[in-house]
Amino acid sequence: MDSHTVAAQTAITPHDEHAHPPFLRHHFENVAQQREAATFGMWLFLLTEIMFFGGMFCAYLIYRNWYYPAFVAGSHTLHIWAGTLNTALLIVSSFTMAMAVYSAETRKRKPLLRWMVITMILGTGFLCVKAYEWHDEWVEHHVPGLNFSPEQFMTGTKAYPDDKLPLDMAEKTQVYFSLYFAMTGMHALHMIIGVSLLMFLFVKAYGGAYTEGHVAPIENFGLYWHFVDIVWIFLYPLLYLISRHQ
Amino acid sequence: MEHHEHHIHLTPSEPTHHEDHIVTPGVYLVIGTCLLILTAATAAISYVDLGVFNAVVALAIACLKGSLVVLFFMHIKYSSRLTKLTVGAGFFTFLVLITMTMTDYISRAWGRW
Repeated sequence: MDSHTVAAQTAITPHDEHAHPPFLRHHFENVAQQREAATFGMWLFLLTEIMFFGGMFCAYLIYRNWYYPAFVAGSHTLHIWAGTLNTALLIVSSFTMAMAVYSAETRKRKPLLRWMVITMILGTGFLCVKAYEWHDEWVEHHVPGLNFSPEQFMTGTKAYPDDKLPLDMAEKTQVYFSLYFAMTGMHALHMIIGVSLLMFLFVKAYGGAYTEGHVAPIENFGLYWHFVDIVWIFLYPLLYLISRHQ
Repeated sequence: MEHHEHHIHLTPSEPTHHEDHIVTPGVYLVIGTCLLILTAATAAISYVDLGVFNAVVALAIACLKGSLVVLFFMHIKYSSRLTKLTVGAGFFTFLVLITMTMTDYISRAWGRW
């Protein structure tokens, strides 16, 4: 039986709880040490994720310096309302996830379940807005390698009539869109994994696994969720707000 | 129960010692509101022409928002020294990633960057 299975069957273990909570694994001295070790391990994983996204941010940094006008023109085609709404959705979802951790810590099962459901809904809402945006890029011929057309970037748009680039710089907007799809795509994949994990944790939480003192899984999932939020917090200004005043 | 148990084993000088602090919903509400206000600010400022400082201000606000999430939503402010050091080491390594990569690219077409 792993700690999850044991934790989900809180009624059957005939131990004296002061001597040995059912979810304490035997290679840990006490619950506090187990919790600290789990959090430490989760942070190590998150650091690898920082390096992973960091590589793409570095590529963005270099290409933006080399092809700045192309990046400006590309960024102008994004819907700022969609990016801002998505940022707000994720920030609120981080709040609701923090409240879920609080409910687990204070051993309140129904509030925990409610906060988890709201977090799932907000995360799914984010993904829906993203899907709409990606569909829009497809319709507008902004997908490099599939149906990209540089014409729009040589003639300017209604909103930004000065976005007229020579052909070679117009072609470079493909670099911007490649990075846009790679970065928001990788972020969206992390969101999908997050929402799926949350559904799995919800089932366990429903059985009372996380409101008897075993808060580590909810806490550490919270760390993952907040991390994915932070990645978006940086993606938003870099992709959507390059220079809206021009 | 285990709250008293861990105080028996860990002294404050131990790197894994931390207060058993449950962050209140009030703190979360204040930080969440700050984050939403900063989001509106960063969107609004992007419409003002600050020249090269547009990028600086946008990234500064993003760093501030990230810090609030790390310190309060992720509980780092209330964590043990080990956890704090781990997070600090991560950011340091990330800075090394960016800086060393940039020194390579900046020095390639020296003077024409």
